[in-house]
Amino acid sequence: MARPLVSAPARVARGESFEVKALIAHPMETGYRPGENGTMLARDIVRRLVCRFAGDLVFDMTLSPAIAANPYVAFRVRAMRAGALELEWTGDNGFAAAHRVEIAVG
Amino acid sequence: MTALPSRRAALAGALSLAVLPMAARATPETMRAAIAELAAGRVPRDGRVRIDIQPLVDNGNTVPMRVWVEGPADIRAIHVFNERNPQPHVLSLAFGPAAAEPSLATRIRLADTQTVVALAEAEDGTLWRASVEVIVTIAACVEGLV
Repeated sequence: MARPLVSAPARVARGESFEVKALIAHPMETGYRPGENGTMLARDIVRRLVCRFAGDLVFDMTLSPAIAANPYVAFRVRAMRAGALELEWTGDNGFAAAHRVEIAVG
Repeated sequence: MTALPSRRAALAGALSLAVLPMAARATPETMRAAIAELAAGRVPRDGRVRIDIQPLVDNGNTVPMRVWVEGPADIRAIHVFNERNPQPHVLSLAFGPAAAEPSLATRIRLADTQTVVALAEAEDGTLWRASVEVIVTIAACVEGLV
């Protein structure tokens, strides 16, 4: 099952930006690959990753089979106030995972 | 970097694409069609958006890529396309107010030597375009290559 790994600072200065790195274990099966008996393996990918900080949207990402297995993203967030960094992954076959990091600002 | 996959998971991911068949493939035409659909009549201008990707890729199964946009903070979305994977779409990003910069680093799959295109969409609807040629020595698929 999904095991997100998220790296973010515990405390940042107000108005500064900080880097977040996030990785989730997922095969990102493309749907274009034959299985053992020659039939295509059904697509099974993470389709969407939504990231919010202190309730504000950071980004809403649409993924495709061209994203490598164990999707990894790194990006920067602007910290105007303290809050939770929230990441939500959703995908095929009801895949859903979420991760939350409290970040102090000041 | 602190977020690393286990070696086992990384290996499984790398091996999982080794037999990608070539029956279904995007072509430069399907990429152009996908871009035209997004552009909806707008003509993308070259510039501002940048793609960081190694020009010579050893392993097409996991290719580090970073896209970002220079200039004023008026970018609301970035879209990345490819020419020769089974599908032309790579990713789409819609940015919100908490984004510090219109930028993202990730890892993608490249099925063959090809062009990767990024489009950045400004708030006024202007599309900025960048493209980069990537040579892939071990493709994300190994069958049916000429």
